[in-house]
Amino acid sequence: MSAVIDTHAQDHHHGPAKGFTRWLYTTNHKDIGSMYLIFSFAMFLLGGTMAMVIRAELFQPGLQIVEPEFFNQMTTMHGLIMVFGAVMPAFVGLANWMIPMMIGAPDMALPRMNNWSFWLLPAAFLILISTLFMPGGAPNFGWTFYAPLSTTYGPPSTTFFIFAVHIMGVSSIMGAINVIATILNLRAPGMTLMKMPLFVWTWLITAFLLIAVMPVLAGVVTMMLMDINFGTSFFNAAGGGDPVLFQHVFWFFGHPEVYIMILPAFGAVSEIIPAFSRKPLFGYASMVYAVGAIALLSFVVWAHHMFTVGIPLAGELFFMYATMLIAVPTGVKVFNWVATMFRGALSFEAPMLFAVAFVILFTIGGFSGLMLAVAPADFQYHDTYFVVAHFHYVLVPGAIFGIFASAYYWLPKWTGHMYDETLAQTHFWLSFVGMNLAFFPMHFLGLAGMPRRIPDYALQFADFNMVSSIGAFMFGATQLLFLFIVVKCVRGGEKAAAKPWEGAEGLEWTLPSPAPYHTFATPPEIK
Amino acid sequence: MTEQRRSNARVVGWCLASVVGMFAFGFALVPLYDVFCEALGINGKTQGRYESTTVLERDDNRTITVQFVAQNGPEMPWEFRPVVTSVKVHPGEPTTVNFFARNPTGLAMTAQAVPSLSPSEGTLYFHKTECFCFNQQKLEAGESVNMPLVFIVDAAIPAEIHKLTLSYTLYDQSDPAAVSAAEQTQITTNDNG
Repeated sequence: MSAVIDTHAQDHHHGPAKGFTRWLYTTNHKDIGSMYLIFSFAMFLLGGTMAMVIRAELFQPGLQIVEPEFFNQMTTMHGLIMVFGAVMPAFVGLANWMIPMMIGAPDMALPRMNNWSFWLLPAAFLILISTLFMPGGAPNFGWTFYAPLSTTYGPPSTTFFIFAVHIMGVSSIMGAINVIATILNLRAPGMTLMKMPLFVWTWLITAFLLIAVMPVLAGVVTMMLMDINFGTSFFNAAGGGDPVLFQHVFWFFGHPEVYIMILPAFGAVSEIIPAFSRKPLFGYASMVYAVGAIALLSFVVWAHHMFTVGIPLAGELFFMYATMLIAVPTGVKVFNWVATMFRGALSFEAPMLFAVAFVILFTIGGFSGLMLAVAPADFQYHDTYFVVAHFHYVLVPGAIFGIFASAYYWLPKWTGHMYDETLAQTHFWLSFVGMNLAFFPMHFLGLAGMPRRIPDYALQFADFNMVSSIGAFMFGATQLLFLFIVVKCVRGGEKAAAKPWEGAEGLEWTLPSPAPYHTFATPPEIK
Repeated sequence: MTEQRRSNARVVGWCLASVVGMFAFGFALVPLYDVFCEALGINGKTQGRYESTTVLERDDNRTITVQFVAQNGPEMPWEFRPVVTSVKVHPGEPTTVNFFARNPTGLAMTAQAVPSLSPSEGTLYFHKTECFCFNQQKLEAGESVNMPLVFIVDAAIPAEIHKLTLSYTLYDQSDPAAVSAAEQTQITTNDNG
């Protein structure tokens, strides 16, 4: 019966509506996925521009370009925009586009909520970005907004920042509920959980993480809101509160959050490496369990961000060992990727280049994370550029390279055209060199004692900072090339086959390229 | 299709319940944090008035140095300092020290002192039988006071602790409404005069 209704529905909706209302009212997962990806890239450029301001100021010692107050607003807004505006929406966009096509579903399970969760985002970021033009300026307390810096000493715009975080939290939670409902209810018959592509698996686990921790973030900003505006004392020692409590609650959200930003990239890379190795993924089941283990462990390691606030010795030891334990499932994943490539028929198109660079550079970021996990050593590294180097190594070649790899891998399916391979490889190499030039010297700067979040620094740090800035400008400018490549690919190019990659596996490649507006109205057969 | 709707509704229901639960959990962390800090004596939060029915055991072979630090919270104009900055005590011996406070402003003010002990491992072994920090302190304009603190260091204090530092931060707790009301009255009086 239901199949009959579906066929009828499809007869009436041949294609998308015309004009702007198509995008405003759409409930189509492909439209919404595209909007998420475009929005995320716009935020990536905006957050990147702020990074360029930071690196321009740090090009030489002394204060040249911006005031320290504005510099602090730049570091804060860069972090917030990149985390909540660029990386997270990009993965939600990929999830929207790919999860229904990978599990043989006609659309997301809750299409209207899908539309709503996207359109909340521009509203949230409009509010957040508008704080730059408010009296007192934008938030200037770092993306971690520690109390009392953000409560007692924050600018008046902090309340708008809190409201923006609330809205983007609602958007993320709705997106996560949609992903869970889609994966649990809309899999094609025969697609058992352990037959799902890894990208779907990692997103399912990410969605559970989002549901678990985004409400805690909402809680902590609500407490801030009440401290600032309603005279409560959650974080105010004068009234019996405790600023250290803020750090505990924030990092209870914050640590799972960093896995929210990396797990979908793990999934995408687990699709791409087998495709270009022309071999099935090595150790599928262990990959699934490893992601689950990482997600569970992420809830019991939060205080490793706070080793220096004065937690007892037993606490330091527990959080140190728990953190180091995460290296085990992560190591399983890295070795599985390497084993997948081992004796494979490798070819290095742009998605594979980004994926291989992901494995190598994410591992470097993982190792510096292990160094930071050592509690006694962390007292030396804490709040230095070593930390900045560490998290940029896991987020730029981790999350961002994962997104680039996914974009190049699935662009032929989205647009029906092949992207320009030469330009894409240029994009890769310039990004690769620029990124390493920007972030590798930061390790040395941090070990030598340069603190983070400062607009000026001692003279002995000058050379490495200049190298770092040159690398950052190179990486930043290169992303305009990516925009050009994508626009060129959307407008035309060599016609893409249904399965443009020889070794690719999965239901999405059984569909024609570009993927029709409505797909899998009838569920496919899974063997 | 209805079957589909029902299972979607079930998933959404469970997810929303988890969201509400985790939001509540975030707030539950506030009392939980205090309970943990108190039970484990971490974070340097000293406890309230110490009451014991048994006489504490004295240990004259050990000497613990207790240092005192006093500071003002933001925008607190009072003069606030310990009368002695350091005393040597034997565990089990009740000791009295005084903190000096003076309100140099022209208005009556109320203050609250918030203690913190370092190293935090000593918190469980530092007992206060009398402390000005148990109550708010009210000083009239220009008034000064010596505020007593009576404490006992427990003989069970770990052997590796030789020195404890007790810090007080004094916060302005004057009711802003009362202050402005007082100012208002003054203005009115002036008008009449």
